[in-house]
Amino acid sequence: MRRLAELEAAIDSLPGENDAVQQAEALLKVSEEVVEHWIMGRGDTPTDETREGFRLLALHRQGAKGDPSFNACRETCREIAYHYNLVTMQPEHGETMHRLDMMKMICNHLYLFISGKMQVAELGEFCCSSKPIRLAPEARKQTRKEA
Amino acid sequence: MTTKDKYKKVAYYPGCALEGTGHSYNRSTKAVGKALGLDLVEVKNWNCCGAMEVKNVDPKLQTYLSSRVMSIAANEMDMDVVMAPCNGCYHNLKKAEYDLANDKESVDVVDKLSKKAGHKTYESGQVETIHALDWIKDSIGEDGLAERVKNSLSGIKIANYYGCMYTRPRHIFPEKDAGPGSESTSKPHFMDDLLAAAGAENVDFPLKTACCGGAHTLSDSDTSTKLVLNILKTAKMAGADVIATECPTCHTGLEMHQIRAEKTLGVTVDIKILYFTQLLGMALGLKPKKVGVHENISDSRSFLKEKGLA
Repeated sequence: MRRLAELEAAIDSLPGENDAVQQAEALLKVSEEVVEHWIMGRGDTPTDETREGFRLLALHRQGAKGDPSFNACRETCREIAYHYNLVTMQPEHGETMHRLDMMKMICNHLYLFISGKMQVAELGEFCCSSKPIRLAPEARKQTRKEA
Repeated sequence: MTTKDKYKKVAYYPGCALEGTGHSYNRSTKAVGKALGLDLVEVKNWNCCGAMEVKNVDPKLQTYLSSRVMSIAANEMDMDVVMAPCNGCYHNLKKAEYDLANDKESVDVVDKLSKKAGHKTYESGQVETIHALDWIKDSIGEDGLAERVKNSLSGIKIANYYGCMYTRPRHIFPEKDAGPGSESTSKPHFMDDLLAAAGAENVDFPLKTACCGGAHTLSDSDTSTKLVLNILKTAKMAGADVIATECPTCHTGLEMHQIRAEKTLGVTVDIKILYFTQLLGMALGLKPKKVGVHENISDSRSFLKEKGLA
């Protein structure tokens, strides 16, 4: 698996010389690897299953288990899958290069979101939808009692 | 009573942000309500919803804080709808509603704290919490709005940015994804619908619910700047002149990091950032000052003048 910095460079290098379908496949692969980093960082083994035909969506689902804040990139993953379909099912379409450009931006967002979460230790716990994992149950009860 | 009639007079919960950095959202929401003949009655002596900070210390305490706002609306003002324009407030009130309907421990804690504070305990189902988008969409609708437009937004290309809290987590928004006419959690469209009714051209924007890094603005500003820069660039690439917002945290984040990206990364993205209520207000014939355009950090006045709105 490529390092996060290599994945960033891979995103930056597109669009390249390859045809549109190959580039869309490359972006989808990068996206999967980004989510794999998150899953492995949490001590799990990335799934090989697919969801709605995409491993990326199955990986996202796996990554969100126990961390609701990770759902903030759910639609980002779905948009990557959607743009992949647009490019690969209609590679001759007049908008294909624009669609690839947009797919690259969405992929970059996924990279930034996940690498940001990984750079700061336990960053997710400060996210709006997350559960407070820092406090032990006893401390939580104490806080309410004081209130 | 129909939803349309029910939403004509609602309890208004501006929340802390709309009295600070999001003041122009407060001003424009009130101005649009007035222009549309809708009645906003501010919740008396409202408190913070618990935002992110309290939730991270004690989520049950956050549930109580949100429940107090709903309790005042229901028990002291006899209102059955609370409208919260801020995504954070809207999210937290909806979450409190869900927890009080499904979690006995939350009910017990809220009851205990309400008694200690000396007000009636909020009971699940007493009020309906809605967003400003629901409020205008369901009380006036696209047709009603189109009839009232005085300055069409025609010629303005808009990327509608909903942020991450308006639709997440899905289980606290049972009214969304509920068939024709309801809001979608994966591809929200209420803001698109309203602005299109006012004449704007919405662009296909794939990051409409993507995270802006708002929660990390202070703890990790560089990540927030990069996330925002990517959103701004994507909106521009999608062909937008303007990003329309409906959350004060997202709005402020986009504005501040647009400037920070220029200063720290040397990257300028020429795109305007306006609250959807500001755009609707101007479409309804209100002057930019009346909807607080001068209070925004990003200066869009020359653009609005060029488009015949100022």
